[in-house]
Amino acid sequence: MTILIIAEHSNTELGPATLNAVTAAKAIGGELEILVAGSGCDGAADEASKIEGVTRILVADSDEYANALAENVAALVSKMAENYSHILATATTSAKNIMPRVAALKDVQQISEISEVIDAETFVRPIYAGNAMATVKTSDSIKVITVRGTSFEAAQEDGGSASIEKIDASGDAGLSQYIGSELSASERPDLTSARIVVSGGRGMQSGENFPIIEAVADKLGAAVGASRAAVDAGYVPNDYQVGQTGKVVAPDLYIAVGISGAIQHLAGMKDSKVIVAINKDEEAPIFQVADFGLVADLFKAVPELDDELQKNGFTG
Amino acid sequence: MKILVPVKRVIDYNVKVRVKADQTGVELANVKMSMNPFDEISVEQAIRLKEAGICEEIIAVSVGVQQCQETIRTALAMGADRGIHVLHDGDIEPLAVAKILKELANKEGPTLIIVGKQAIDDDSNQTGQMLAALLGWGQATFVSDIQVEGEQVKATREVDGGLETISVKLPAVITTDLRLNEPRYASLPNIMKAKKKPIDQTSPADLGVDPSIRLEILKVAEPPQRESGVKVEDVADLVDKLRNTAKVI
Repeated sequence: MTILIIAEHSNTELGPATLNAVTAAKAIGGELEILVAGSGCDGAADEASKIEGVTRILVADSDEYANALAENVAALVSKMAENYSHILATATTSAKNIMPRVAALKDVQQISEISEVIDAETFVRPIYAGNAMATVKTSDSIKVITVRGTSFEAAQEDGGSASIEKIDASGDAGLSQYIGSELSASERPDLTSARIVVSGGRGMQSGENFPIIEAVADKLGAAVGASRAAVDAGYVPNDYQVGQTGKVVAPDLYIAVGISGAIQHLAGMKDSKVIVAINKDEEAPIFQVADFGLVADLFKAVPELDDELQKNGFTG
Repeated sequence: MKILVPVKRVIDYNVKVRVKADQTGVELANVKMSMNPFDEISVEQAIRLKEAGICEEIIAVSVGVQQCQETIRTALAMGADRGIHVLHDGDIEPLAVAKILKELANKEGPTLIIVGKQAIDDDSNQTGQMLAALLGWGQATFVSDIQVEGEQVKATREVDGGLETISVKLPAVITTDLRLNEPRYASLPNIMKAKKKPIDQTSPADLGVDPSIRLEILKVAEPPQRESGVKVEDVADLVDKLRNTAKVI
């Protein structure tokens, strides 16, 4: 049994999401190989080769993979698929774009966002925004799977010595073209891998008020997130959104500020180890999942928290 | 151009979902059902393209039980022109739905197929991408803006780090994200008019598609519940608890 993991990367660097898929693959068992499809992607391939427990890195280095267009990457993966029992990727927006296309090309019913491996054919996955957990068993010979990153620890990123082999590119399908990106530039850690996340909701009232939670986040070395309500209201960009339809996070500490706790938001953060809620409405559902709840006006409490952290030696 | 819009009948997003006691699934009896919210966004987008003079006809498709016709009627009341109901009792998976949609696309010849990025019941996020693959078309997934420009559609996609813009050759499959638009409510006159709009009925067998299940559901269980925590007095108490009780900072 050999498992192929599709690397998440920026060509020069390997994305940390790859490490979660490696852990899920280890739970299934067998030889582990990683595909790095990119352009000028030796940097990413090199990092992948150091991941503990991986045997071989396959590198498809060609212009048509530069921006991970689904049509081109899926064509490549489907060509390779027969050599593998399982094809895995962590469920990033990139993998969610590519993997179902691979599955359809191989006539496979994909298994989305698994949170647990029972055996090589049986997996647990959340449905209904995490309000139910389904145990499913596949009858497909090749299993195409996306992995919920927060459900699997990151694999050790060093200690391995996989071989690196170049493979042939599959060509440009000519169906789509990359034009550009507007990526949020931030000095803060990535939302999905941060150890601490501070999120703001509709209670923030305006994007202009977000600096007060950003100040707290920076003292703690935390990422900043938001509820869908805050994103829809235009307070912050879409990539801040934590929730079933945004990012799913599970940090050691999640601080929800002015967030009522809609089901769709809870689905995105309720696996956090410790949850803090600051809200002036003591009936807010967020308090039902919070380990520590503070009923207070956030415009008073958050600056106080900032000062208190400062007093305790948190300076960022 | 013609636009095909698949619409799925799901448990209404405001309903608290309950797992059945025998763990075979979730309770569907006497539960309010509605159109999948992402599909409402798809219907709305198709209507806007029609209002802009880019699209001539919108066809709403639903696969499932007889009551899916109500979901199609909702799309017709919003502004779709006609419906196709693919009658199927029992569960059906994204791959089979994509195969059905492929057959319908080959019959109807749409230039765009606008699909919700995921259904809020099984949360698969697969059908649009699978359909694009089966048709050999390009795809723009999770879009928050689209512009039809001649033989191309320019799409802004919501990706992990922010936004990405791509251009896809037509015909194409689009999957919609939340911020693409705000769906309209159907007006009473339009609800009345929708009753006269045609809905054709067909079946997976008529279309030559095998709807067999590939993923057997062994069990559906409640997620682990969090134990309720404590209220803290003030900010100093909170910081103390985080440092000394939880030891997370």
